Amino acid sequence: MHFEYNVIEGDFANAGKASSEIKKTMKQLNIDSQKIKRMVVAVYEAEVNAIAHAYGGNIYVDIDSEKISVIIKDTGPGINDIELAMQQGYSTASAKVREMGFGAGMGLPNIKNNVDHLDIKSEIGVGTEIKMVVNFT
Amino acid sequence: MKDSFFYHALKIDQDRCFGCSLCMRKCPTEAIRVRNGKAQIYGNRCIDCGDCFKVCPSGAVYVAQDDFENIYNYSTRVVLMPSVFPGQFAENFSASLIHSVLLDIGFTNVIEVEASAMIHSQLTSQYIEERNDKKPLISTFCPAIVRLIQVKFPALVDNLIPIKAPVDLTANYIRKKLIDSGIPEEEIGIFYITPCAAKIAATKSPVGEEKSSVDGVLNMDTMYNKVLMKLKNTDKDYKLKTIANDLNSDCVIFSMTNGEKRLNNCKKSFAIDEIHNVIEFLDRVENDEIEDLDFLELRACDQGCPGGVLTIGNRFVINDRVMLRAKKIAERERRGETTRRKEIYEYEEELLNNSKVGKILPRSMMVLDNDISIAFQKLTKIKELEAKLPQIDCSVCGAPSCRALAEDIACEKASLVDCVFIQRNLENRESMSNNESIEIMKKIWGGEILDDYILNK
Repeated sequence: MHFEYNVIEGDFANAGKASSEIKKTMKQLNIDSQKIKRMVVAVYEAEVNAIAHAYGGNIYVDIDSEKISVIIKDTGPGINDIELAMQQGYSTASAKVREMGFGAGMGLPNIKNNVDHLDIKSEIGVGTEIKMVVNFT
Repeated sequence: MKDSFFYHALKIDQDRCFGCSLCMRKCPTEAIRVRNGKAQIYGNRCIDCGDCFKVCPSGAVYVAQDDFENIYNYSTRVVLMPSVFPGQFAENFSASLIHSVLLDIGFTNVIEVEASAMIHSQLTSQYIEERNDKKPLISTFCPAIVRLIQVKFPALVDNLIPIKAPVDLTANYIRKKLIDSGIPEEEIGIFYITPCAAKIAATKSPVGEEKSSVDGVLNMDTMYNKVLMKLKNTDKDYKLKTIANDLNSDCVIFSMTNGEKRLNNCKKSFAIDEIHNVIEFLDRVENDEIEDLDFLELRACDQGCPGGVLTIGNRFVINDRVMLRAKKIAERERRGETTRRKEIYEYEEELLNNSKVGKILPRSMMVLDNDISIAFQKLTKIKELEAKLPQIDCSVCGAPSCRALAEDIACEKASLVDCVFIQRNLENRESMSNNESIEIMKKIWGGEILDDYILNK
């Protein structure tokens, strides 16, 4: 099963649409509620990242009976140093974004803590692709 | 319809129901369908919130209650009266007068439900302190909310505070007190006047409990009639038989929105009422979108218990009367004319030690099948069906939305041809005759509605 969502740069007001749909789908599949929560938190975080730092992008969700995999692809500035970005508290967020309560440097570490598998590909000036997987069993 | 997890107090009188579908459109958990011209309830989805009762134009939705005469099975007949009950009556009828009249109509003892509210609040605060690893903690005061979380937000079940509701604490207290005074247990009957259907369901099949703490439940509207009839036939020099003194000012307003929240010391807590508001908020809580939340007081009815489906007056008027009573008591407390610690504190220790309820389990209504591969097949089918349906949620198929119809079809409870647009389409292609589509509609909306009434009426 496959679905796609579009996220628009700066549109924080609509953050959470994709994660809500993912949540409903996982509930219907009788996935353990803690797993649902982990995926929803991770997707929401990644959505906000794409809105805040990466000129928006697309979300691709694939679900089968064993796992859910979510890819968030943007055409943003790219991540300079992935290892550094994975550290808690590291942030490149602008003051405007921080004012809204985002950009505490918890995004990527939080995603990593919540998913079973995380894969980040990034190229400066081209964009970033984050793939995250939660296994059902 | 079948396989119900819960006892339900809300029922539909099939003779009165004419299948108008208002309840189906209003139900917050999409628990109602129309079949054969009558509303049917999916038992596993119903949370007894009473929204269907409120909108039913024909009085077909009713709340099953115990027979009043059952009180005479006991020689000691206690009535548990919620503080919103005196709020049903005009300001010149005092709480003491209502207590006295309840004794006149057959009870031997009256106690107000919220007598244990301060102890309940003490227990809640204690639990919040102990469980600082779990956030937010959610009040279990409103039984419709407990069921809502079980069926729709199973991930939040562990956030529910497993403490007995004031009605159970107070029932246990009065029972113990009467036994201690020498009355044999089997002679004591405790009857609760309920403002809503959910409280009946909760006392008939308590969540996380083996046995109910009360012996019967009486609907507030029925009791209102009985008490008002007595009041109307009471003359001016009526002498009060008792003085209402179970509640301090905080107890009086406990069942109203904010009644619980204001009594705990949490940094960040919310009091939210009305079931759709609660659902909207819990959706966000479930996603961790609201940070550092400590405590949630959630109530299914607007204004809290004054908005219960079995209350009589307007909820804002009831709210105002209850507030007024609380203000008067608070004034007397300030002047030192009454104490804030009531008789129930003699049993404080005992109540504190017997306050926990058993584990509250998730009972998700969302799950399509326990076997994930079957659930996955059904879900794939739902997505396919959704794409075929018009997405205008007209409800002519007998389901509240196109999505709900798709789910019903995937679970073999409905058929794609139930959709009136699909029927038109098939007719146009000459794959379905006009008679066939009329037959389908008759199965959903009943025979009469599709009789040739243009000519006959």
